[in-house]
Amino acid sequence: MSARSLVQVLSGGVLPHEATGWNALIAVARAELLLGSLAFRLEGAAVPAKVAAIFADARAQADQGHVAALWEAEMARRALAAVDCPVILLKGTAYAAAGLQAGMGRSIGDLDILVPRDRLDEVEAALLRADWEWVKPDPYDDAYYRRWMHELPPLIHKARDRMIDVHHTILPLTARVKPDSGGLIADSIALGNGLRILSREDMIVHAAAHLLADGDLAGGLRNLWDIHCLRAEFGSEAGSSLRLQARADRHGLGSQVARAIRLSDQLYGAGTEWLNSADPLVVRRLLARDGWAREIRPATRLGFYVRSHWLRMPPAMLARHLWAKARR
Amino acid sequence: MGFRIGSDWGQPIAVVERLYAGYPKPDDGIADFTVRLEAGRPWRRFVRPSVAIRGDFILPDAAPVTLAHGLLAAEMGMNLQMALGYRRHLLLHAASVERGGRAILMTGLSGAGKSTLAMLLGEVGWRLLGDEFALLDLESGLLHPFPRAISLKNEAIALARATNRLGPLLENTPRGNIRHLCPNRDAVARMDEPAKPVLILFPRFGHVEAVRPVGSAEVFMRLTQASTNYVALGRQGFDALTRLVTTVSAKAIDYANTAGGLALVERLSSEAQ
Repeated sequence: MSARSLVQVLSGGVLPHEATGWNALIAVARAELLLGSLAFRLEGAAVPAKVAAIFADARAQADQGHVAALWEAEMARRALAAVDCPVILLKGTAYAAAGLQAGMGRSIGDLDILVPRDRLDEVEAALLRADWEWVKPDPYDDAYYRRWMHELPPLIHKARDRMIDVHHTILPLTARVKPDSGGLIADSIALGNGLRILSREDMIVHAAAHLLADGDLAGGLRNLWDIHCLRAEFGSEAGSSLRLQARADRHGLGSQVARAIRLSDQLYGAGTEWLNSADPLVVRRLLARDGWAREIRPATRLGFYVRSHWLRMPPAMLARHLWAKARR
Repeated sequence: MGFRIGSDWGQPIAVVERLYAGYPKPDDGIADFTVRLEAGRPWRRFVRPSVAIRGDFILPDAAPVTLAHGLLAAEMGMNLQMALGYRRHLLLHAASVERGGRAILMTGLSGAGKSTLAMLLGEVGWRLLGDEFALLDLESGLLHPFPRAISLKNEAIALARATNRLGPLLENTPRGNIRHLCPNRDAVARMDEPAKPVLILFPRFGHVEAVRPVGSAEVFMRLTQASTNYVALGRQGFDALTRLVTTVSAKAIDYANTAGGLALVERLSSEAQ
């Protein structure tokens, strides 16, 4: 019993038949931030009374989390109304705002928004005026974010204690892949409340980029569940798959999106898609948790951690970065 | 409420099993929360063993405790899960006792004496609902018992009479000497039986006896500070707390010694509606 059992239950497999299995399932789901999603997935299923109570709590918690996340989005909209630029919700808040299946039970932490890069200074000033403030006053971190990252240094609201990540594209500027950020904004969709979300295809491309082109796959099962739900809802028939692949190619993320689709089919879907040679290693990393939700497979984890830095910046720059961090 | 506790060593589990021997196991064997007591570094399992407190919810900067204090680690681990993860009820950092269906809620800073008062009341005819956390039902407004072992500190340890229910003496912990007292059989047997709060007290030990009524706005503010999940519960938490503070009277009480404190609580409880 381990992360594998969580994936099997989410994809509609058999439920645990004894307490050890349920305890493992619940602990792993919490650790992967998927307990709310699991609770909605199994709403109405025949589960022990104690499990039903835990799931009911998880659903209530996710619902309240959505109320808070959407309120935070509205606060940002009000703060940015005068800037008069498109404000695009990303990730969890976008799924919740658009009422997508991927939002069902999803935990939502920070507010992530995307704005045009040439409006970034105005957006930042407007947020600071509306009582957001810097989280990291360190000058190196600040300069690092501004020069190399795809987002402003994180801001936190003084009174509500919630973070906002203001993105201008979906991958660090130092990454080898350069997504078409103008295209993301141009093809975004208005929600009717003054905020916007990415197009269907771009939403999946962003989730795949986040999962496979940035970071060390921590929280990857949740990101992959997002991708699975988005595809299930938007349709995976030939037409939409072709549109998705064309869009991914335009952003230079064709192989990442193709891999994300294979992985989501393998772990959450029918599992028939042929895996390419490196995919099993990614699966091994994604499932690296035991029945006590402990992180296991340290070598694999380390490998993906190193890879995340490799993806993020060229070697000489990485060396300078680590040197600066180490000297603090 | 059930916990699953795993440990790299046998000792903490054995001590927990002994202290909680009279308690039921989690329903169907399924735990609400998992706690893990782990060696922070592999060699810390053997060399000067120290216990890192992990589980479903963790504080990244929580200091490890020495293996001799394994019980403390288990207790802190369980409390941490409640403080960071519990959402079923409004969770208040407060002690509570009940008699004749009427419950008293006692809250205040650590060291104010709420645990000691609750422990003593629990031995003289009151039912201990809990000494650390009070669980306020969001719909019914009742207090749900959570009668875990009472953590007695320093001078308070000598006040415990029921020595057969005491855990091991933990000496020189970061908070001084600690000894846990398992609540009596009545408190354990009736842990599924909620009670209606009729009085809120803010006790303060070591001062000349005094009683001051506390207005509902002040009670509200003090209880939001005493709650770990008030913000996370959103409107439900606000509604439940509003109902509590507008229907239950509150007093700040100072008392010079434990006998005086007990008498004061008895008197105020008989006066409460």
